[in-house]
Amino acid sequence: MNNFVKFFSRRRSWSLPYILFMAIFVVMPLVLIMIYAFQAKDGSFSMENFHRFINQPEAANTFIYSIGIALITTIICLVLGYPAAYILSRLKPSTARLVVMLFILPMWINVLVRTLATVALFDFLRLPLGEGALIFGMVYNFLPFMIYPIYNVLQKMDGSLIEAAEDLGATPRQVFTRVVFPLSSPGIVSGIMMVFMPTISTFAIAELLTMNNIKLFGTTIQENINNGMWHYGAALSLIMLIIIGITSLFTDSSEDGANEGLI
Amino acid sequence: MVNSNYIIEITNVTKNFPDKVVLDDVSLSVRKGEFLTILGPSGCGKTTLLRLLAGFNSASKGEILIGGEVMTGVPPHLRPVNTVFQRYALFPNYNVFDNIAFGLKLQKVDKNEIEVRVKKALKMVGMTDYEHRDVQSLSGGQQQRVAIARAIVNRPQVLLLDEPLAALDLKMRKDMQMELKEMHRDLGITFVYVTHDQEEALTLSDTIVVMNEGKIQQIGTPTDIYNEPCNAFVADFIGESNILNATMVRDRLVRFMNKEFECIDEGFGENTPVDVVVRPEDVYIIRNAEAAMFHGVVRSCTFKGVHYEMFVDTPDGYEIMIQDYNAFEPGTEVGMMIKPADIHVMRKERIENHLEGVMVDATHVEILGEQFECDAQEGIEAGANVDVAFDFSAVELTDDPDDGISWGTIRFILYKGDRYHLTVRTDDGENIYVDTHDVWEDLDEVGIKISPKALRITKL
Repeated sequence: MNNFVKFFSRRRSWSLPYILFMAIFVVMPLVLIMIYAFQAKDGSFSMENFHRFINQPEAANTFIYSIGIALITTIICLVLGYPAAYILSRLKPSTARLVVMLFILPMWINVLVRTLATVALFDFLRLPLGEGALIFGMVYNFLPFMIYPIYNVLQKMDGSLIEAAEDLGATPRQVFTRVVFPLSSPGIVSGIMMVFMPTISTFAIAELLTMNNIKLFGTTIQENINNGMWHYGAALSLIMLIIIGITSLFTDSSEDGANEGLI
Repeated sequence: MVNSNYIIEITNVTKNFPDKVVLDDVSLSVRKGEFLTILGPSGCGKTTLLRLLAGFNSASKGEILIGGEVMTGVPPHLRPVNTVFQRYALFPNYNVFDNIAFGLKLQKVDKNEIEVRVKKALKMVGMTDYEHRDVQSLSGGQQQRVAIARAIVNRPQVLLLDEPLAALDLKMRKDMQMELKEMHRDLGITFVYVTHDQEEALTLSDTIVVMNEGKIQQIGTPTDIYNEPCNAFVADFIGESNILNATMVRDRLVRFMNKEFECIDEGFGENTPVDVVVRPEDVYIIRNAEAAMFHGVVRSCTFKGVHYEMFVDTPDGYEIMIQDYNAFEPGTEVGMMIKPADIHVMRKERIENHLEGVMVDATHVEILGEQFECDAQEGIEAGANVDVAFDFSAVELTDDPDDGISWGTIRFILYKGDRYHLTVRTDDGENIYVDTHDVWEDLDEVGIKISPKALRITKL
């Protein structure tokens, strides 16, 4: 009994439920993906799945296409999001809080509901579903993830730095290019990570907004697994994870404050 | 040009923020090559004045000329001034070299020249070989040196310094003061320096501008300001001083502490209420109480490094602060003398409180946004605008702001030897002045009561 009390009074013990959860739902699936990816259908070790990815252009093409869509989405989000974040950061704090709320408000609603609403909207406006609708849907869903980290960094920026730059002879444009923009790069990096990575593996938005006409990599993985091709699906997932892992390594080392902007 | 030896001319500048007047009709001229210090307590408007010069804010009224050109509407990047900020404001994304070269690169100065000038500026602030260091790895003192180098490398006509040493420790501050003074001499450019530290101002400046509540109180050399303060605020703010209520009996004769003293001031009229200031080092203290001008008993004696600081109580209930190289034990009966030239007589800014009010009925008047009881007034109808006068000592302050009829915050405390003279800012923004024997602290919130008999009401 005494040991029992002791066990529960240690703070470390309190993390056990989560560790258990992580082990079952995060670590184990990852291990399973690793094992499945390197197995042939009969269960023996083989590189067959990876050969198939390289030799069959279909999956690889989808992969490249997905990265392209993710890149376009990220760029549009950055182009739309940076000025928005910049304007927000110049507002009075009370007004800014309200506007930020408005940006975040749609995220309180499930992504599927929002996407179905987008489909209905396109229908209503008699706009064709397809690639354009897909990119619109992606940008619509991921824009807040770009704005918020950039806004956060800009808003925390020391105003005297801007004044110092003006004082030293910088025009408003030079203040922006030489001080404000470089100093907001941790926010930009955060924003890019938070938009680019999830867009690669999206499949629900793609399915709904293109009437299943355009396949993204997420869709391919899902199809394979749905059709019982667990080994090949696992290999595709692993490839995607590695690519995402590489990009995140890239961005992590660039700035220590990169994650400062996360919500 | 007539005033070509003035680099900065500020004429009738007023700056309003939405809820208050920060600068009230300020006029000031700065000579070329001068080291001018704007000195005042926090919130007196000194930083705002500096920001108007730098161009970060614009004046609500009035005009600023720098180098003979009107600066109204000229943005900061086009002004011939550079600023050293209190919190350094170095760009964290650049190293030391690029921080200092920032201004020169914008001016498209030749690369080799930038190299030479940055090195020279670094040498000037004693930071040679620090070019490639990350600015965030530097100590506070080193960062401020880089900030100074970054400003002077552009050879501005005027260098603005906003409390540049406030964030440094005492030892570092003293060293930097000397270096700034040397730098000013070597560079020959005009320095406008903002500080709340009177000692710093006295050490560094050619000219000191003392400010309070958005107004210039006095402009003068450090010696002038110290020896001839023009009002009680300046006397109290600069150095230690005994400030006493006094009456100018006639020219060259002033009465305070119930005694008459010879002085050298003239032109105040006869029997005029005045303030006198006597610096603690100007009171001579001797053992022989009989031979002296006045006498008292030493209450406390503290060693201050070079001199002893003593407080002496006189039989009339005044407390005099004295600094002397000799120590007198507490309890000693001592005599004191003051030379006529060391008694500084200042005109009183006011001798009673004056407020504008409205009669509510025969026995109530509205002032400070509240109704105060007063003696029955004849011949003044309800609703009439009136002037309400009352003595400083007629005001009673209470601990609990809700106990008074109105309430306010204590903004300034002046010790007058036998009483405190307080400035109380009431909740609707008026100042009232109170004489009291009670000890209050700055920013205490107090209730305000005025005895009905004390209100002297005249119709406007």
